[in-house]
Amino acid sequence: MAYRLKTATALIGALVLAMAVPAHAEKIFVSNEQDNTVSVIDGDSLEVVDTINVSRRPRAMALSNDKKYLFVAGGDDEAVDMIDIATHELVQTLSSGPDPEVIRVDPNRPYIYISNEDDNIVTVIDYEKRTRVTEIPVGVEPEGIGISPDGRWVVNTTETTNMAHFIDTEEMRVTQNVLVDARPRHAEFKHDGSEVWVSSEIGATVSVIDMDKFEIKHTINFDVPGVTRESVQAVGVELSSDGKRAYVALGPSNRVAVVDQETYEVLDYVLVGQRVWHLALDTAEKRLFTTNGVSGDVTVIDVETNEPQVSIPVGRFPWGVIVVE
Amino acid sequence: MSAAAYLRCFLGIVYRELLRFVHQRGRFIAALVRPLVWLIVFAAGFRMALGVAISPPYKTYILYEIYIVPGLIGMIQLFNGMQSSLSMVYDRELGSMRVLLVSPLPRWFLLLSRLAASTLVSIVQVYAFLFLAWAYGIRLPYGNALLLLPALFLTGLMLGSMGLLLSSLIKQLENFAGVMNFVIFPMFFLSSALYPIWRIKEGSPLLAQLATFNPFTYAVEMIRFSFYGQVNVHAVAVTLGVTAILLALAILGYNPARGMMARKRTTEA
Repeated sequence: MAYRLKTATALIGALVLAMAVPAHAEKIFVSNEQDNTVSVIDGDSLEVVDTINVSRRPRAMALSNDKKYLFVAGGDDEAVDMIDIATHELVQTLSSGPDPEVIRVDPNRPYIYISNEDDNIVTVIDYEKRTRVTEIPVGVEPEGIGISPDGRWVVNTTETTNMAHFIDTEEMRVTQNVLVDARPRHAEFKHDGSEVWVSSEIGATVSVIDMDKFEIKHTINFDVPGVTRESVQAVGVELSSDGKRAYVALGPSNRVAVVDQETYEVLDYVLVGQRVWHLALDTAEKRLFTTNGVSGDVTVIDVETNEPQVSIPVGRFPWGVIVVE
Repeated sequence: MSAAAYLRCFLGIVYRELLRFVHQRGRFIAALVRPLVWLIVFAAGFRMALGVAISPPYKTYILYEIYIVPGLIGMIQLFNGMQSSLSMVYDRELGSMRVLLVSPLPRWFLLLSRLAASTLVSIVQVYAFLFLAWAYGIRLPYGNALLLLPALFLTGLMLGSMGLLLSSLIKQLENFAGVMNFVIFPMFFLSSALYPIWRIKEGSPLLAQLATFNPFTYAVEMIRFSFYGQVNVHAVAVTLGVTAILLALAILGYNPARGMMARKRTTEA
């Protein structure tokens, strides 16, 4: 009897524990550009569990180095909102300079690099001291920002100048420029820091830049069967940490290209929602989340099979996506 | 009558139907070419390369070529059901029907066996088509192919019963062309086989309404949901109900005392 009671207690205990600790305790944050909100998707149920009001025209997001805060760039309010990831509460609002679009956090310092689209500068702010560190002049219409894993280099792409500007973070100034294809949108460093991948929206290419020589070592082209060339626009880029796969959002072609990081060969095109903009892998790198601006949803792709699994409706014009464990 | 006799009779009818199917290679090829033309030629023009909007059971965007497959499976079974009715008219004209119906087993059993046999033939055709769709590179959840079986069996029975009923009404072989125009085409086009109902509604709410009265729509939806491991209870209920009614009418139609055969004989005499 006592044994049975013990077994039953153990079983109930295990059950309660299993219910309390879900397999992935992930949250997916999605900025809705036209709703002035951030949708929070539960990583297990894949349902929107919360919607956070933020500054107007939220686009890029970034995480603080301690992974406790989410920064959201609010373009029309010239602000960066700092949101507590655990409570979803707005902690404070930082001044960002005019029209902040893309933000990245320095892995070594509490600095946020902000591209100010209207002012042709990259603003650096200290989110702990709430001060402006510096402003770095760049080309016309700065957009994409990437930061090397060691924090040494920040790369900023400018839509009109069509360049990738390399900012030395020790000197806080541009030391190298590389000309890329028309309207560069996004920059993403390889996890070993040896390359940076820059997507060009109008050029519909990804330029792979060698970080030793600061020159393009390869240009990736995309050709989606049955879709006009004009609809193929390369935007978001996500690279797997094992150095094998890369994912490129191809805008109004409603496709995500799966690319081999080693050979630069396009392996597959995955159909997602309308005007796919940015991408994020989950922490286990098993699922890829895409923001689909026009259809207002997030498509979840199984990375092993390259099959889209489900599309989750969020707010209007979802722009950025970030996965937090 | 013993169960063994029933079984022997059933197997005999199935064997005859399969034999006919195997010998008519042209029919098998036609059964496969027809949906393949739709899949490869028609779906290519309508590819909707930018994706078909989400509607259940799909959870995300799909290409048109994926949408159309359950409808084409339904089409295979629809043609097979009608062809089987054609062969009934043929059997009647040639007299082999009389040989079948003189069996001491109950008439409903003979007709049901005949239906089961023709359904089996249609299922073979469906799986052959799915194999070709897979080989062509259409991305479908082929792992669920076996889950389709109950839906295929029920659809085959429904369309077979309809064919059986029609064959009891058709006097001569020549009238089969009419069946083509007045049964197969409206049933196929006025359903969710080629376009989702919401899409038809955008063009004409009346046609969309008519499509919801078409039992073929429910058979196609039942197949579509089964492919994704889901049961569309509404579609299954409608298909079951329509099958029961059509089957009852067909059995009645083949009853020499009360059915159409009797009336026909009177008019012919």
